[in-house]
Amino acid sequence: MRIRGYKVSVIAQIGIVIVVVNLLVALLAPLIAPFDQATPVGDAWAEPDAQHWLGLDNLGRDIVSRLIYGARMSIGLALVITALSFLIGVITGFAAAVTGGWVDQALSRIVDLLLSMPTLIFAFVILSVLGTALPVLIITIAILDSTKVFRLARSVAVNIVSLEFVEAARLRGEGWWWIVTREVLPNAIPPLTAEFGLRFCFTFLFIAALSFLGLGVQPPDADWGSMVKDYRDMINFGSAAPLYPAAAIAILTIGVNFIVDWMLSIHSRGQGEGA
Amino acid sequence: MLKLVLNRFGLGILTLFAASALIFIGTEILPGDLASAILQNTATPETLAKMRLDLGLDQPAYVRFFQWLFAALHGDFGKSLANGRDVLQEIAPRFANTMFLAAYAAIVAVPLAIGLGLLAAIWQGGIFDRLVNVVTLMTISVPEYFLAYLLIKYVAVELGWFPSLASVSSDTPFLERLYDTFLPMLTLVLVIVAHMMRMTRASVLSVMASPYIEMAILKGLRKSRIVVRHALPNALAPIISVVALNLAYLIVGVVVVETVFVYPGLGQLMVDEVSKHDVPVVQACGLIFAATFILLNMIADILAILSNPRLRQPR
Amino acid sequence: MSEQTLTRDDPIVLDIRGMRVAVRTDAGDGPVLVDDVSLQLRRGEVIGLIGESGAGKSTIGLASMGYTRRDCHIVGGNIIFGDTDIRAISPNERRELRGPKIAYIAQSAAASFNPAHTLMEQVCEAAVRHSVLSSAEARTEAVSLFKQLDLPSPETIGSRYPHQVSGGQLQRVMAAMAMVAKPDILIFDEPTTALDVTTQVECLAAFRKLIREHGTAALYITHDLAVVAQIADRIMVLRRGKMVEFGDSRQILLEPKEEYTRRLVSERVAGRAFVDGNIAVPIPILAIDHVSADYPGKPKVVDDVSIEVRKGDTVAVVGESGSGKSTLARVVTGLLPRVAGDVRFNGASLSPRLKDRTKDQLRRVQMIYQMPDVALNPQHTLLETIGRPVAFYFNRSRREVRARTAELLRQMDLPESFITRKTSELSGGQKQRVSIARALAAEPDLIICDEVTSALDQLVGEEILRLLKKLQDDLGVAYLFITHDLGTVKRIANKVAVMLKGKIVASGDTATVFSPPYHPYTELLLSSVPEMRPDWLDEVLAARATGAARTSALLRAP
Repeated sequence: MRIRGYKVSVIAQIGIVIVVVNLLVALLAPLIAPFDQATPVGDAWAEPDAQHWLGLDNLGRDIVSRLIYGARMSIGLALVITALSFLIGVITGFAAAVTGGWVDQALSRIVDLLLSMPTLIFAFVILSVLGTALPVLIITIAILDSTKVFRLARSVAVNIVSLEFVEAARLRGEGWWWIVTREVLPNAIPPLTAEFGLRFCFTFLFIAALSFLGLGVQPPDADWGSMVKDYRDMINFGSAAPLYPAAAIAILTIGVNFIVDWMLSIHSRGQGEGA
Repeated sequence: MLKLVLNRFGLGILTLFAASALIFIGTEILPGDLASAILQNTATPETLAKMRLDLGLDQPAYVRFFQWLFAALHGDFGKSLANGRDVLQEIAPRFANTMFLAAYAAIVAVPLAIGLGLLAAIWQGGIFDRLVNVVTLMTISVPEYFLAYLLIKYVAVELGWFPSLASVSSDTPFLERLYDTFLPMLTLVLVIVAHMMRMTRASVLSVMASPYIEMAILKGLRKSRIVVRHALPNALAPIISVVALNLAYLIVGVVVVETVFVYPGLGQLMVDEVSKHDVPVVQACGLIFAATFILLNMIADILAILSNPRLRQPR
Repeated sequence: MSEQTLTRDDPIVLDIRGMRVAVRTDAGDGPVLVDDVSLQLRRGEVIGLIGESGAGKSTIGLASMGYTRRDCHIVGGNIIFGDTDIRAISPNERRELRGPKIAYIAQSAAASFNPAHTLMEQVCEAAVRHSVLSSAEARTEAVSLFKQLDLPSPETIGSRYPHQVSGGQLQRVMAAMAMVAKPDILIFDEPTTALDVTTQVECLAAFRKLIREHGTAALYITHDLAVVAQIADRIMVLRRGKMVEFGDSRQILLEPKEEYTRRLVSERVAGRAFVDGNIAVPIPILAIDHVSADYPGKPKVVDDVSIEVRKGDTVAVVGESGSGKSTLARVVTGLLPRVAGDVRFNGASLSPRLKDRTKDQLRRVQMIYQMPDVALNPQHTLLETIGRPVAFYFNRSRREVRARTAELLRQMDLPESFITRKTSELSGGQKQRVSIARALAAEPDLIICDEVTSALDQLVGEEILRLLKKLQDDLGVAYLFITHDLGTVKRIANKVAVMLKGKIVASGDTATVFSPPYHPYTELLLSSVPEMRPDWLDEVLAARATGAARTSALLRAP
């Protein structure tokens, strides 16, 4: 299989399949899920059978349906946050690289400061105080994450800006907007795309971790992280219940990482050996 | 070069200061205030006013901040709202536990990761390399609790080799401690070994692509000598950076692992106390975590500066 | 030319028969890099491998050591070293040959040394690891070689690190590194290409002395015929992996048999005719008037420079690296604000900063860059690249922009169908033409050419120069031509300014500046350009020996 002339490795193909399936499930959740995610349909912790492939959970709800709806929440939330953080990070990163001077210095210092602090702890502290309503969650994490995007976007842009065709555009008299959107951006797409994948994974895992620790998505909304939290005690009785949502999280992340790893490997070279 | 190191050190102190400020700001914007949180239902306007005075809440924020910081530097974090005990006393044993777990994981993980990374770089393209690449790609993708529950279900519950709850107390003997905490240690190790190994491999390979390596090959030197004498010294800086960064990550990852295994560490304490709005404890935990994280990052950067060959010999 | 008499009885140290090297990846077979090349190298002999980029000369040099770069494989022929066929032995045995028997001197010394170790460690390494010499013996030998190569402080230079030593010195240390193990064959791979002309002479002389004193055989790879003429007994001309001609040095230079060889030889020799000057026109298009500029931390990078460019002129600014010529271009365009003096365009003063200038002022002065790969946005099509100035400056409609772009492509001798291609799909020479078209699209009065042929192959560069000359005749545009290559100056410029360390040391009509009496630096520059005569190096060295003190004073003066 080839994309734009590049051979797609088997690993990457697996990744693509995983991601596509997950996206479809998230999009079509109400159409696919056999049962509603919040209504009990039987006894708590009922064994899996033909109707309920993974059995029922602690409140008698169908686990498969909850997983499907959870996909929507987990993936949707992560996508929104990543998109927001990307927007903030790329615009500020490019601006810093193209303008240079004190703007660049100031932004970089602030970002360096924010980056050297542990995000989980910070999110923890902030969320424990501000509460965990979805908008708060989204904005807090997007801002914290945008610092990493800033760093990458700036470094990519700085490399591009040092090339002569950008100087040629400046000499022409082109303005800031043209240079960023028409000269820098088209050349920044490959590394930015890879970074988007990585950021998505990180955000996705981060939300799930917060939910697992009780500070993320709150009931009755279900996401995979809080499902793990709800089912955790069952592991001691031999049930694999918490593994199902955890596995779902793991599989999607692995899929995205497979793709990103392949994208990054296209841009690397090695050394020759003997004849 | 000394100047660079001092610079970085100064930056570290500044960051610590900023972090403590942020923590303070984050916890002090409470709906309701400390006084009412303490007095709860017994609050009357007079008792509230008196409590506020006692707690110094009438003073402006920045004064309170410096008082808090100053006290913290002396080990006085105030009293826990949940049980009235001295925060430092609550935290100290927990902190020791967390450090034990982190150290246990680090001692196992670091040599393993660097060794595996070097081997993968030397045998690049071979079966070993490709296998390790896929496996680590998977391990770094998954959340810690997934690995943790996987281990618990199959190793603890089904096979019964290790306990599923790592409940230790301050008088648990050393060897028994190692046994009890084996699974949480393993979970942490699996995650950070993957990261460090990949970075070691990537750094070494990146250095191996340098032109002076080609020159070394053309001088007819053995591959092992090339990797150890020529590549490694130049790859050392990024490797050290990654190790330190992963140790810093460990501090954060430990929170989740402690929760899963119900291990009495600082992370689990923080999680518990957050839901109770026990502000002094949360502040203290946050500060300690942040400080350790920032410290490790700073050490990483300083070590990277020290091991850069170009910076060691001035022009 | 070698002073030793080569007899047919000297043993053959390297026998290459029908070497073939091709690219092979998982995706399949790629191009053939070396196609059926044969040569026999005798002891004490130097064979020059000459060709343009892509000729395969480096590949041959590396393959002689049994080494190929990524994805390349030796797919045919025999490489017999002494009495061993390198292709038939194991990789480990091959590895053991490298260093003691056959050694390599790379193009870039800076890239070939490990920044983490001292020079002495690396110089002695091969000899010691292959057990040719003990550590102490190797050190003694190294110091002796440093002396032979005329390196400063030969006793102590070994304890330095690579970044503490200059480029030319590092190149010679690399030669010492290759010689310590006393190999039978040396492979020189473009060792002086990255150096300044004046440094090149010293290195060439040092290498030649080394080879003669030790009687080593050598393959000398370069793209510069004049350089190879000084050092090789026989020359092989290569083109796209194939042998074009192979013979005695004198014969190749003076009586080349093949068409391609003749073109290579004549292009260099042709740079003799001085360009006729133009009649003076009252107001200069560009007047650089006592301009000085600094970089932060580096004062006087441009120091009190005055140059005038009139309509139809080609004014060359020539100098070596560090002379300030490229910085001057940045000052003229406003990228680097001047600290003193004035820059006037058609009599009107241009503000020091780019952003304070008017669009029309920006339009009239255009620039063409050295590296075609980075001068054009690889994601843009030719239409976007060339069309943008038309749209930006003249507000033309889309149809008009396209028509004008097509017209410019025709003028550049590029097919119109390229208009929708991305610039990344073009060759170096083609990209440079697009750069020129882009500059012309603005209909400028002056074009600043910053080393525009330096990154191109010799023949391709010649074509670009011819194109530029033709455009000047047709359109009357003036050029400010920045270069380090005196041959180019002679071919294209009617006026020249010679820069050294930020100052102009000589300026005026080309014919005047390049004829005696010379300014001492101009003389040094002119004499450093290798000429196609095999005896040139000897003459220069003799002349230098007498004027040595003056030369070093010039180059070291603040």
